[in-house]
Amino acid sequence: MAAIVDIRDLRKVYSGGFEALKGVSLSIEEGEILALLGPNGAGKTTLISTICGITNPSSGQVLVGGHDVVKDYRGARAIIGLVPQEISLEPFTKVKDTVAFSRGLFGKPRDDAAIEKILKQLSLWDKRNARTVELSGGMKRRVLIAKALSHDPKVLFLDEPTAGVDVELRKDMWDVVAELKALGVTIILTTHYIEEAEAIADRVGVINGGQLLLVEEKDALMQRLGQKTLQIELSESVTEIPAALAAYDLDLVKDGSALRYTYDTRAESTGITRLLAAISEAGLHLRDLQTQQSSLEDIFVGLVKEGAA
Amino acid sequence: MNFSAIWAMYTSEMVRFFRTIAQSFISPVLSTSLYFVVFGAAIGSRIDQVEGVSYGAFIVPGLIMLSVMTQAISNASFGIYFPKFIGTIYELLSAPVNFLEVVLGFVGAAATKALFIGVVILVTAGLFVDFEIQHPLAMVLFLLLTCLSFSLFGFIIGIWAQNFEQLQLIPLLVITPLVFLGGSFYSISMLPPIWQKITLFNPVVYLISGFRWSFFGTADVPVGLSLLAIAGFTALCMGVIWWIFRTGWRIRA
Repeated sequence: MAAIVDIRDLRKVYSGGFEALKGVSLSIEEGEILALLGPNGAGKTTLISTICGITNPSSGQVLVGGHDVVKDYRGARAIIGLVPQEISLEPFTKVKDTVAFSRGLFGKPRDDAAIEKILKQLSLWDKRNARTVELSGGMKRRVLIAKALSHDPKVLFLDEPTAGVDVELRKDMWDVVAELKALGVTIILTTHYIEEAEAIADRVGVINGGQLLLVEEKDALMQRLGQKTLQIELSESVTEIPAALAAYDLDLVKDGSALRYTYDTRAESTGITRLLAAISEAGLHLRDLQTQQSSLEDIFVGLVKEGAA
Repeated sequence: MNFSAIWAMYTSEMVRFFRTIAQSFISPVLSTSLYFVVFGAAIGSRIDQVEGVSYGAFIVPGLIMLSVMTQAISNASFGIYFPKFIGTIYELLSAPVNFLEVVLGFVGAAATKALFIGVVILVTAGLFVDFEIQHPLAMVLFLLLTCLSFSLFGFIIGIWAQNFEQLQLIPLLVITPLVFLGGSFYSISMLPPIWQKITLFNPVVYLISGFRWSFFGTADVPVGLSLLAIAGFTALCMGVIWWIFRTGWRIRA
């Protein structure tokens, strides 16, 4: 698959001197869902704003569908849909009118059938004649999505789509994202909910302090997530791992007073029974056993701390 | 050219205008009527004629200009300030539109509203006093250029303003005095000689003088100079707006 969004060494220094993006490079493939995970102030919104034209980049380049977002902004923006983090809507405009306005603004001819389809898809059809000020927060967010989809974008940016949204609506939003993916729309969403990234993303990027710390297939991350460690505390310390245990994936920790065994919980056999038997045969005595699972949260927190250090 | 974007911006701005049509329509009619009662009937009866024109008729062009300028500025400045204030400006910034298209949409709508109000006042004035328009084409040209240039100026104020107070500041502190001192209600030949010189630094003098010429054939300054002044002002505002969009000043971080 070809990259539909290509970000090359993107930097953003605000006029106050704050460096919000410190050279981000990232390729996003057509049709994928990429979740950008990071704490508040990590640079997620700046990254999206710079791609979409709301913020000027300081240096670097972004291509969307082969169009440079600065030099050929018309070509780039015509295929981008943006759902901002803040709910901002003209209060007295009707739902169908504000969605039609967005379509026109992006250079598409009026098409009532297309608007109807989008409103129905987002369960907004019943509210089409309501003024946006009359809608609930969740409905307003749907209107923002409808506006972003009004010109049939190829790439959709969702900036914190479920921030401050209740659990039920969050699930609904995930369904909407899944439907859009089925239509072939590339989706880039920012979130600080790890479970959100887990639930809907194909790939996960971790961003903090203006740097992209990691981009990985979600499944590969889950693989790491599936790994567990077993810490075997020994009665007496050893200086090296006995030769009889060389076949096992063991590390010597705590100055030789413990062994650490890494295994995959999803494998057919964890090998724990055989390992424990082998340890006993090697003449070592167990004092205690401890298992630990690394969660995406741990990976995330670890990365963020590393980045901050 | 993204024509559908221009149309979308223009119509959505016009819809906002028609939503408050009663107030858009009644307020200028009422204030014009009040001006005629106060200046035309009460004070005007003692002034008699100015440059061969009855005082009531003499103030008609000035009154139209006064309303057109203030309406153009307030409509255009609010039109672009409001999206900034509520955050919907993100959509304009992320849309495939250039500065000219945004200007045509927003300023075009503000100028249309100002023109509408100018025509309403002209018709209202016709109910109070008799006047003729000697140069109707020039009158239309002056009116259109004033609507356009002051809408452009209002657009700049709307982008510059960072709160509602600033939005009112320039119209209140700069425009209103300039318009009142720009000969809306008097001919500058009625001023003491030193003030006749000073007043020539007021750009509004040129607009009102030219506009009045199109009605009565008399002017305080040459008509060509009036036209040049308003064309220059329009070009200056366009230049500033072009620069704003190029640099992203006050709109793009």
